[in-house]
Amino acid sequence: MSSKLCIGGIVEPGSTVINKTGSWRTFKPIYQKEKCIKCGICELSCPENCIIKTEDGYYEIDYDYCKGCGICSNECPRETIEMVLEEK
Amino acid sequence: MSKLTVVEGSYAVAHAAKVCRPDVIPAYPITPQTHIVEELSKFAANGEIGACEYITVESEFSAISALIGACAAGARTYSATTSQGLALMHEVLFNASGMRLPLVMTVANRAMSAPLSIWNDHQDSIAQRDTGWIQLYAEDPQEAADMTPQVYKICEDNKIMLPAMACFDGFILTHVYEPVVLLEQDLTDEFLPPFAPEHILDPSNPKTFGAFADPGVYSEFRYMQELGMSAALKKIETVADEFNEIYGRYYGGLIDGYYLDDAEIVLVAMGSVIGTIKDVLDELRAEGKKVGLLKIRSFRPFPTDAIRNAVKNAAIIVPLDKSISIGKYEGALCTEIKASLYNTKIDIPVLGYMFGHGGRDIPPERIKKIVSEAEKAIVNGITIESSYVDLREELL
Amino acid sequence: MNKTTELFAPGHRGCAGCCDALAAKFMLKAVGENCIVVTPTGCLEVFSTPFPESAWNVPWIHSLFENAAAVASGVEAALKALGRKNDTKIMAIGGDGATIDIGIRGLSGAFERGHDFTYVCVDNEAYMNTGVQRSGGTPFAATTTTTPAGKASFGNLRPKKNMPQIMLAHGSPYVATTSVAYPKDMMRKVKKATEVTGPTYVHVHAPCTTGWGFDGSKTIELGRLAVETALWPMMDIENGDITGVHKIRNKRPVEEYLKAQKRFKHLFSIPGGADIIKKIQELADWNADQYDL
Repeated sequence: MSSKLCIGGIVEPGSTVINKTGSWRTFKPIYQKEKCIKCGICELSCPENCIIKTEDGYYEIDYDYCKGCGICSNECPRETIEMVLEEK
Repeated sequence: MSKLTVVEGSYAVAHAAKVCRPDVIPAYPITPQTHIVEELSKFAANGEIGACEYITVESEFSAISALIGACAAGARTYSATTSQGLALMHEVLFNASGMRLPLVMTVANRAMSAPLSIWNDHQDSIAQRDTGWIQLYAEDPQEAADMTPQVYKICEDNKIMLPAMACFDGFILTHVYEPVVLLEQDLTDEFLPPFAPEHILDPSNPKTFGAFADPGVYSEFRYMQELGMSAALKKIETVADEFNEIYGRYYGGLIDGYYLDDAEIVLVAMGSVIGTIKDVLDELRAEGKKVGLLKIRSFRPFPTDAIRNAVKNAAIIVPLDKSISIGKYEGALCTEIKASLYNTKIDIPVLGYMFGHGGRDIPPERIKKIVSEAEKAIVNGITIESSYVDLREELL
Repeated sequence: MNKTTELFAPGHRGCAGCCDALAAKFMLKAVGENCIVVTPTGCLEVFSTPFPESAWNVPWIHSLFENAAAVASGVEAALKALGRKNDTKIMAIGGDGATIDIGIRGLSGAFERGHDFTYVCVDNEAYMNTGVQRSGGTPFAATTTTTPAGKASFGNLRPKKNMPQIMLAHGSPYVATTSVAYPKDMMRKVKKATEVTGPTYVHVHAPCTTGWGFDGSKTIELGRLAVETALWPMMDIENGDITGVHKIRNKRPVEEYLKAQKRFKHLFSIPGGADIIKKIQELADWNADQYDL
């Protein structure tokens, strides 16, 4: 970090986005669009906000931030999201 | 000539706080601070402090915590406390200075329990010396009142942004009736600009206050507080001058002197005892004794250079303390004055005395006794570096 | 760059499957950007604001562990005095330790004074930030690092402190209980709490993967089990009256909830464990009966 410290340690909003937490992942969610009923439970249930709705109403996973917790997969009513071992 | 009104010291200070136009006053009652907050609540109840929110919090801990929230949201804040109340705030005092929130608080100095004592000494604020707050000490109700807009102007400076305590002695000054000039609103508006912090809690510009720091940045934040204190060293002087220009009253900046220039014996003190000392010095000077007074107005930041310069020609320096560091057996002024002189070419003996603890009276005879002991020490050297001058040996 | 429009940004340091991160997301989603958040020291505070970063896209302040409600009351007073209150919501979000234990004095004072703000307790039932020590929110018989189960102990001896009832006793116009496992219920209640004038309180049950000992994928599932076993009743209380209760469609035995977590694992092996489980079932049955779940 090279920028000068702000008096009192004031921080800019939403700045954690520079920290890509995808490297934490052990299991990776694989989204299978063909099974998806667009219910949105996965999006709502993601603690990292990394399931993003696309223009066609389906979803994509932002692997930059996904920690691989698997809540999306656990909560999906149609087994649309499969957790597979991350290959690094 | 400004009009003099006979009022209680607490009223003078409450009135001074009012004309500084505070937005939020959270306060919790504690003797001998109560009259200040009662007067302020009356002002608020009568709509005399604009839209000011007076909050009757449930503890001093919440008083200072509410100050933090209010100040971070952009409000000018005020509160007053003392002793146990100040001690209860301890944790939050560090937090306020670390967050660089320029809170202003009057401290009506009082002893610390146990034994329980509601009377005056300086142990309460002295115990908070490392919390990063500016600490100024007033010698009479007029100075305590005048100090109020001064500390706002000092601590709200964007290079300083540190909280400040304006300290004045409980009961001795809070409850005394004296003629004072109540601060004029128009002059205060001219002297003190509105509070305009750079960052506030505002949904249209959402900043984060109070992030946690890892070891890579913590020391730098602490050092930045020190830089703020350094800036305050100058600002305290200039603000005292500006105050003098507008109101026509001056009490010194960081320090002040009384018969100081040619003094061989230099007494060093803070607070209301200054008045007693000045009277005694008038007498002793009439007898031809070269005794002077160094009044410490700013204890934090500690005016090391100003003190060195002020005492360099003395034969002996005599700090007089209303506090004690138990286990060191000396008061804070004694310790800090000694530390200020070390590593310099100034080699002057320092003879410390403690007195007036827990509200014990300090009659003029006691000051004279101290001066006479100092005279002996100049000739014979110092045998005991620090001691109570008013200890009742018969009780021990 | 991340494409989310959520006000609680990714990149925070919460554990995978973190209940607090979910809670923060739901709260901000419910209230929107015109709010100021006060957070006491705790997991949420630490993992969301490692300097020089912040996950918060709303103005946010952390002061200390035990003073969030007092800080919030200062913020509220300042906005009023400065004429900036308008529709801006003030929300304090504390953990169970900060709320139920160390911060209760300031919280009680702020509610008694009637400040217009919402306090949300995200209750994961122990001091998770310091390593799963017991709090006043820890349930009966749970093992924590300061109430470990051993030869002479079955874990935490006392039931949870009933914090919603305490807040209700302050005359709060809106008190609600909810869970991160029911996002829509939680968002409705938090939104409502911020819309009701005066001091309002929402108590959110929040299963902690690390502290309770379950896989991070099960955070919501565990929360659902707490509700479906009647161990965590969810309701709206308006002006002192219960105006809504989450009904359980398919009530489950408490064993299903207990056996899914390491903190209750000992109950299935220690002598007398069955009796303890029976007592826990009695607590659940009492809830079901009392609140007509």
